[in-house]
Amino acid sequence: MDIHEYQAKELLSRYHIHIPRGGLAYSPEQAAYRASEIGGDRWVVKAQIHSGARGKAGGIKLCSSDHEIVAAADAMLGAKLVTHQTGAQGKLVSRLYVEEAMDIEREIYLGFVLDRKSERIMIVASSSGGMEIEEIAEAEPDSIIRATVDPGVGMQDFQAREIAFGLGIDNALIGRATQTLMGCYRAFVDYDAAMLEINPLVVTRRGDLVALDAKMSFDENALFRRPHIAEMRDKSQEDPRETYASDRGLSYVGLDGNIGCIINGAGLAMATMDMIKIAGGEPANFLDIGGGASPDRVAKSFRAVLHDKNVETILVNIFAGINRCDWVAEGVIKALKEVGVPVPLVVRLSGTNMEEGRRILAESGENIIVAETLAEAADKAVAAWRSFTAGKAA
Amino acid sequence: MSILLDKNTRVIVQGFTGKIGSFHAEDMKRYGTNVVGGVTPGKGGQTHLGMPVFNTVKGAVQETGAEASIIFVPPPFAADSIMEAADAGIRLCVCITDGIPSQDMIRVKRYMRRYRFEDRMTLIGPNCAGMITPGKAMMGIMPGSIYLPGRIGIVGRSGTLGYEAASQMKALGIGVSTSVGIGGDPVNGSSFKDMLELFEQDPETDAVLMIGEIGGPQEAEAALWARDHMKKPLIAYIAGLSAPKGRRMGHAGAIISAFGESAQEKVEILKGAGVTIVPTPSSFGESVAEVLSAMNKAA
Repeated sequence: MDIHEYQAKELLSRYHIHIPRGGLAYSPEQAAYRASEIGGDRWVVKAQIHSGARGKAGGIKLCSSDHEIVAAADAMLGAKLVTHQTGAQGKLVSRLYVEEAMDIEREIYLGFVLDRKSERIMIVASSSGGMEIEEIAEAEPDSIIRATVDPGVGMQDFQAREIAFGLGIDNALIGRATQTLMGCYRAFVDYDAAMLEINPLVVTRRGDLVALDAKMSFDENALFRRPHIAEMRDKSQEDPRETYASDRGLSYVGLDGNIGCIINGAGLAMATMDMIKIAGGEPANFLDIGGGASPDRVAKSFRAVLHDKNVETILVNIFAGINRCDWVAEGVIKALKEVGVPVPLVVRLSGTNMEEGRRILAESGENIIVAETLAEAADKAVAAWRSFTAGKAA
Repeated sequence: MSILLDKNTRVIVQGFTGKIGSFHAEDMKRYGTNVVGGVTPGKGGQTHLGMPVFNTVKGAVQETGAEASIIFVPPPFAADSIMEAADAGIRLCVCITDGIPSQDMIRVKRYMRRYRFEDRMTLIGPNCAGMITPGKAMMGIMPGSIYLPGRIGIVGRSGTLGYEAASQMKALGIGVSTSVGIGGDPVNGSSFKDMLELFEQDPETDAVLMIGEIGGPQEAEAALWARDHMKKPLIAYIAGLSAPKGRRMGHAGAIISAFGESAQEKVEILKGAGVTIVPTPSSFGESVAEVLSAMNKAA
């Protein structure tokens, strides 16, 4: 789960990481008022969306008057910012963060991630801040410093010092840098973060070390014990199709194709989507209904998939282990009766109670295209989609 | 004798008296698994499904001689249960639980290093379907009937995609020595490479099918190990060809976040290591059959 920049900064400031003075604004007037509260003569107005690369998309503006702040805020609020991380539909700006501008001497990259290879928390730092880490890795690979933390004892001061000296930070600022690094590590652990990035961390002309931007995301499996973090969820930043599904306990990822998928198991779901692609179609979504799918849950899945108006065919592929094909079949019939499925429907059932499930479908008298194998299911779904779109065009 | 599990392995169930634990304890027993009891703290001394319940894993090990444990404990308590099993001298632990926080698993992995490698428990999972040695025993939640006993090892992240592969193989009369689901989490107990090492040594396995997916470094690591150390043929499939970068596809670990983690990149790495690639998820059976017939010709 991602949070906004201003939320991440607020969390980090509790761990003694220095941040610019700033305040949240929901209107152009409020933005100008925040600037007057902060004082000074230069401010930065920043669109709060769950994405990096906001600057290039017009989401960060340096201003030196009330008038400029109001104009910048007016342009950003209500707009959808498109960055390479948001997809073509972009993300809605509904809050702004106004900050004092900093006099920057140099920019540093600082990141904390869960490293899957060492199975530990890894610190990634580079003296070439301001760029994205992928760009740094390409342009200045030698500038990247990495260190992993022993989970038995946690991060040690010497590790923070080594990184700080490695970044070429002035002796006078080493203490501050160590505090910053240790604070980030403690915040990462205390809140079950999955990623923490300060890019850039800047050395100011006044000789301070300040987090100019901050990004954090959290382990969703740990939200049960981090209610304070769970509350920061901003549904306006999510794909509405995904919000609808996740509010109903379904694992759903929206994609750009037309063939809606209802599948059990993440691996089988990915494989079925691949099979659709190989057969010449494009999947509209990933949806894993999970184990123990009741008829009701299957019907809910249909609602979630049909929530996406681009869906022109639905493919149900179930390999039942702890699931039961007869329950899934009942769910399919329930969905056809209660939800209404205005597009072709292909169903493949395999595994536990397969015969019973297939019998229920056959005897329902409903218009269901039945498939026995994965390949057949994908081929039939793509064929049904083609004739459906041809019919619509005619 | 297949890997890790056979019909003599004495198995206990952690989270025994819960609904899910009870259901699968009976199902595993019916399949032939030697389930000897279970653990639910606070219910020790009771009898459940005709078997003894213990308060602690140590107690269960002392009384039943259990060597293996399967965990159906809810996510907030599952990491603790794994460490309890490791400390009680359990040799093989399968953790089915889905939704364990990553930092808990980091702690588990660190904890297990306190034991010498020879004494260290083998952990399968979490967030997996478990393992089955067809015709002998299963420690998991899979439908036993779709596996034919035989000589192909299967190791995969996903449960249901593993079922798909096993049933395609069964349709062609190809059987399985052991099938292991290592789970879909970013930090897990055993890696693909760990399982390949066991299959390579197993006299009852002739070839191995590896079913990977997007995200993480484990498939590439396994490919390099196989290139340098494996004599048996390795056949592999990677799910997630159509998955976009940066989106988590159901499994916590199924997310492309670095170079070498997309399906295409993993397939290239595997090909480069001489691994046979299953081109589509509907050709698991055919691909394995082709490798087997090439082996027979060579012999």
